[in-house]
Amino acid sequence: MTDLPDIWSYLREGPLLWLTATLVAYLAGDAAFRAVDRNPLVNPVLVAMIILGLALWSTGTPYATYFEGAQFVHFMLGPATVALAGPLYENLHHLRRTLVPMLGALVVGSAVAVISALWIARALGVRGATLASLAPKSTTAPVAIGISEALGGLTTLTAALVILTGIIGAVLVTPLMNALGIRDWRARGFAVGVAAHGIGTARAFQVNRTAGAFAGVGMGLNALLTALLAPYVLTLFR
Amino acid sequence: MILNITLILLFQLAGEIAARAFALPVPGPVIGLAALLAAFLLRPGLARRVMPTAQGLLAHLSLLFVPAGVGVISHAEVLGRDGAALLAALVASTALALAAGALTFVALARLAGTKE
Repeated sequence: MTDLPDIWSYLREGPLLWLTATLVAYLAGDAAFRAVDRNPLVNPVLVAMIILGLALWSTGTPYATYFEGAQFVHFMLGPATVALAGPLYENLHHLRRTLVPMLGALVVGSAVAVISALWIARALGVRGATLASLAPKSTTAPVAIGISEALGGLTTLTAALVILTGIIGAVLVTPLMNALGIRDWRARGFAVGVAAHGIGTARAFQVNRTAGAFAGVGMGLNALLTALLAPYVLTLFR
Repeated sequence: MILNITLILLFQLAGEIAARAFALPVPGPVIGLAALLAAFLLRPGLARRVMPTAQGLLAHLSLLFVPAGVGVISHAEVLGRDGAALLAALVASTALALAAGALTFVALARLAGTKE
């Protein structure tokens, strides 16, 4: 019988342990999310991040060691970004019918998201790579991580900011739209897709199917627009 | 299935090469996404083929950003210094973007006369 410390020193060398831990933590997060009736505050990714963060901290494992295992999951972000063409294509008929409102809301929503975030953060003293990490926060995570990398941001910080933005958007959207008296499901959905990407889109689908479909289109179009917009807006705040 | 995955990887690869060759500020996978969308529009048959694989990849999209998200623990210093400012920027800008996007949509829909 091998001693526990020996098994541990074997496991921490290879990618198997942290790859498995990533999947287990995500499944636990997903179970927690379902248990609270999909309340957006209990986000499965956030739960998984907390579980894994505690696991790394309590075992004294450096993030680089963790990432050697988790990189297999991380790699799939690129192909998943390309695959976003699928749902975007499927929902494109909405675009043909409501082209003008959609493109207008896309440009305004996307620009307000990037400019107001950078302006507020800069006014509060945020500079440099941290500011660059914030620029793509309304975009879906795989795209945002790519944009942040291209801008010289901290990609891991961007990932966390993107997730928080999604949670904030999902929590705010219903009370805010009701307060503004906006009853058009297309407008409500599209705005949350642009401002709060996949997490906002998931929330929109929970509330209304039309809102969900429009949120998906908003998320996909904003991924393309933010990639073009963020580098130029960022130079204004440097 | 393997053919579809190969196709998606080829579009990503082409996007990465284009992004570097022309020094574009847009990430390679985003160029791959735009190119694949264009290919779908030109050949609807291709979309029907690739769709199940694309949906499979996206079914657990949020799992894919767990590894990067965990990396936030290595930025304890940044969060200690800028955490409150970043949170304020996130909450305010998300609320502003939601309101601006929805109000623009409603105003333009009224002008264009499109109904739900």
